[in-house]
Amino acid sequence: MSQYILRRLLIALPSVLGISIVLFTVLALAPGDPFGELATNPNVPPEVRLALRAKFGMDDPVLLRYFHWLMAMLHGDWGFSFVSRVDADQLILQRLPTTLIIIGSSQLLALLVALPVGIYSATRPYSLFDQVASTLAFIGFSLPTFFTGILLILVFSITLDWLPFVYRADIDATGWRFIWEHVKQSIMPVTVLGLFQGASWTRYVRSAALDVIRLDYVTTARAKGLAERTVVLKHVVRNALIPVVTLVALQMPIVFGGAIVTEQIFRIPGIGSLLISAILANDTPVIMAVTFVFACLVILFNLIADLLYGWLDPRIAYR
Amino acid sequence: MSSPLLEIRGLKTHFATDDGWLHAVDGVDLTIGHGETVAVVGESGCGKTVTAMTVLKLIAMPPGRIVAGQVLYRGRDLVPLSSNEMRQIRAKEIAIVFQEPMTSLNPVYTVGDQIAEVVRLHEGLSRKAAIERAIEMLKLVHIPTADQRVHDYPHQFSGGMRQRVMIAMALSCQPKLLIADEPTTALDVTIQAQILELLAELKAKFGMALMLITHAMGVVAETAQRVVVMYAGKVIEEAPVGELFAHPRHPYTQGLIRSIPRIDTAATHKTRLETIAGVVPKLIAPPEGCRFAPRCKFAQERCVSATPPLREVAPGHKVACVLS
Amino acid sequence: MAGSIPVSPTVDGAATLARNRGVTPWSEAWRRFRRHRLALISVVTLAAMVLLVGFGPWIWKVPINEIDFTARLAAPMLAHPFGTDDLGQDLFARMLYGGRISLSVGLAAMLMSLTVGVIIGAVAGISRGSIDAGLMWVTDLFLSLPQLPLLLVLIYLFRDSLKAVFGPEVGVFLLIVVVIGMFRWMPVARLVRAQFFSLREKEFVEAARALGASLPRQVVRHILPNSLGPVIVAGTIDVAAAIIAESTLSFLGLGFPPDIPTWGRLLFDAKDYLDIAPHYALFPGAAIFLAVLAINFIGDGLRDALDPRKVM
Repeated sequence: MSQYILRRLLIALPSVLGISIVLFTVLALAPGDPFGELATNPNVPPEVRLALRAKFGMDDPVLLRYFHWLMAMLHGDWGFSFVSRVDADQLILQRLPTTLIIIGSSQLLALLVALPVGIYSATRPYSLFDQVASTLAFIGFSLPTFFTGILLILVFSITLDWLPFVYRADIDATGWRFIWEHVKQSIMPVTVLGLFQGASWTRYVRSAALDVIRLDYVTTARAKGLAERTVVLKHVVRNALIPVVTLVALQMPIVFGGAIVTEQIFRIPGIGSLLISAILANDTPVIMAVTFVFACLVILFNLIADLLYGWLDPRIAYR
Repeated sequence: MSSPLLEIRGLKTHFATDDGWLHAVDGVDLTIGHGETVAVVGESGCGKTVTAMTVLKLIAMPPGRIVAGQVLYRGRDLVPLSSNEMRQIRAKEIAIVFQEPMTSLNPVYTVGDQIAEVVRLHEGLSRKAAIERAIEMLKLVHIPTADQRVHDYPHQFSGGMRQRVMIAMALSCQPKLLIADEPTTALDVTIQAQILELLAELKAKFGMALMLITHAMGVVAETAQRVVVMYAGKVIEEAPVGELFAHPRHPYTQGLIRSIPRIDTAATHKTRLETIAGVVPKLIAPPEGCRFAPRCKFAQERCVSATPPLREVAPGHKVACVLS
Repeated sequence: MAGSIPVSPTVDGAATLARNRGVTPWSEAWRRFRRHRLALISVVTLAAMVLLVGFGPWIWKVPINEIDFTARLAAPMLAHPFGTDDLGQDLFARMLYGGRISLSVGLAAMLMSLTVGVIIGAVAGISRGSIDAGLMWVTDLFLSLPQLPLLLVLIYLFRDSLKAVFGPEVGVFLLIVVVIGMFRWMPVARLVRAQFFSLREKEFVEAARALGASLPRQVVRHILPNSLGPVIVAGTIDVAAAIIAESTLSFLGLGFPPDIPTWGRLLFDAKDYLDIAPHYALFPGAAIFLAVLAINFIGDGLRDALDPRKVM
């Protein structure tokens, strides 16, 4: 098992390298001077600009520039935001927890919905429940997150005025009220993200469970005299989870995309909205840094999924 | 031993399909006495597996339906039983072993856990005691180093070993009847022999009855006491094994026996392999009359007009053919 | 047979039935597709939408950029069936025009990702060893890239130069299509590769080889046509994903230029007026939703129709 973990780690590293190469290539290929903004930005004195150019080795050969940039990234030196005049890594670290909490809670919500609904649908295929659930799932993942967000705001904030739709990280309260205010403002973004993911996962869970239910060992379990409930919960679920875990990991890049949109709609101060505002302000170092962080997060979650997969399926560790 | 252990009377199991009801099992009578080995033979699709699965009510009930008939186990009809009541029968009274050992075991649980599961369910043993029993059963089926292997996963066993595990699991609560659905078809010949030997050994040890489903006549000759021949969802002949091979009455049975390649004559007589012309009829809305008639050399008018009933033509020998 | 009991009629029965109905694989697929009611409804709906955006502007001749401050944010009425936007422009006309772009971006991006995916998958599937391993590593790499952030970055970096070369509309169209397509070819490549692996050892391919068919011929005439099923389904889903991607980009303000009213862009403009003019956001949002929903149902119907394993 530890061998398996080691192998997955070793595979993850080249991926990080690969992504950094892609990012850097993109930056290098981009026409125009990404740091050209500096020339026109009155906040940045010419000496700083020259120093930055030297540091980023803008006039050095490409390979050297890449190496310098990579070293800088790995050392946590992610550059200096033109706009906010702070280190990019500070900006990011400030806002990363918010994004992670929103993503984490929405994924949890998605799982809490998708697992029971998907498995129940698979045990009663083509029943009324199954058809209704399937149709709702289709509707769920056909609704783009930005539209759902807008709809929810329309209903719950504007019409009913139950929930606030601007997220504030600095809530002026303590104790239970603090938590309650946080929950109230998180409900809509978490729901938007969670239901969208939950809808597509429901179908996958259903299909994975259906595949497993057809298999011989499920009949064997029934032939042993086990109650149907036990058969499903013990024999089907464990096996059906295996492809679902893979799916969850593969969908991580999409989840981050959804998070970016959600943060925009609800004005949540996470790294998603940071990316957007950096793009709109041509703040290149922050753009590159945030993208790099996203990429690393994706790889991290893929690694977690690999580990879960190895834990769930005993056949894997022995390969 | 007057009353049989299992008595199937007029069983009909049909399946709903897009094109109509499929008459998979269409009026089957079958009895198995205590401690008897009965072989059920027939081509693929003749209904032998569906019959076996119906006994334990393991078919999916939509689209399947037990349309008629009784399955009397020790005099008690299993057909109207609820699923809770059936669960008391499964593995404890009647156990089943399937054809595909590679896929019949759950890959994510150890072999020991899967055997222990049965025992804990029916006998309420503690986990420790259940694993002990599992080790016992593994030894019984001659799995070497059973006390270590009990913690292994199914993929760590070969096909033949997995089938032994399946047998161990099926017998762990000492059922009175073991249904073996083509237990050796997926294994190679040498392993086949070992598994059949094992079944015979365990049968003697536990005094259980065995319903052996197969399409290999050679296996039948070696292991069975009585043979039931099925065709297109019906029983068409039934006899003690010696009698069946010596005096097959139904043209289909005769065809089956003739089609066994013979090693003694092949060397001296260069004959073609005998076959039965034609294919199995479709079981959706089957026509009246003998189902084998379209392929039968001796078919007559009266074969098609009415279905011939299963009649006793010699002691213990029943045939469903107008000719006998 | 253990496990689930097969429910299909015997071989002879099926063959007879097939002969009686003059059945080919494609008509079988059509028959199965027809049974998926929602998919059928969706085909009709989608066709209606395509016709509307295709021919609508010729029938509904209200210009898309006729600014009329007196009718700002007006609710739906006869003159303006979908109401007007914040500059008094007719929303219906703008949506028809934007619809053309949104739908064609979806189609073009799908074609691009399918082409790239099929080529890469086929090459990987037919070769072995290092070429396959290399291509798979690239595929995995692309799969791990965070899509939306990179989409945004690429647009940010290349938008101006492409606009300069191709003109604002075409330039951005090309950029968006290429960029969206670039992130969607991987699942297709994997599918095709998996199909190739399973098909290339099949007897009919060996037979073709034995008859002297060259490798390209084997691929094009024998293997590819049989791999198409899942590819078609994936392609359908791709259109939906591409439409959502373009709308998302436009919604974030980073898609087409502001004067081009793609549905996502309309939502971007509309989100500031939710309290006073909800219709402004609802119509484009509903249009995107409807188009994507229809495509998803069609994809599901196609999956039912083309998947030989599924028992109907």
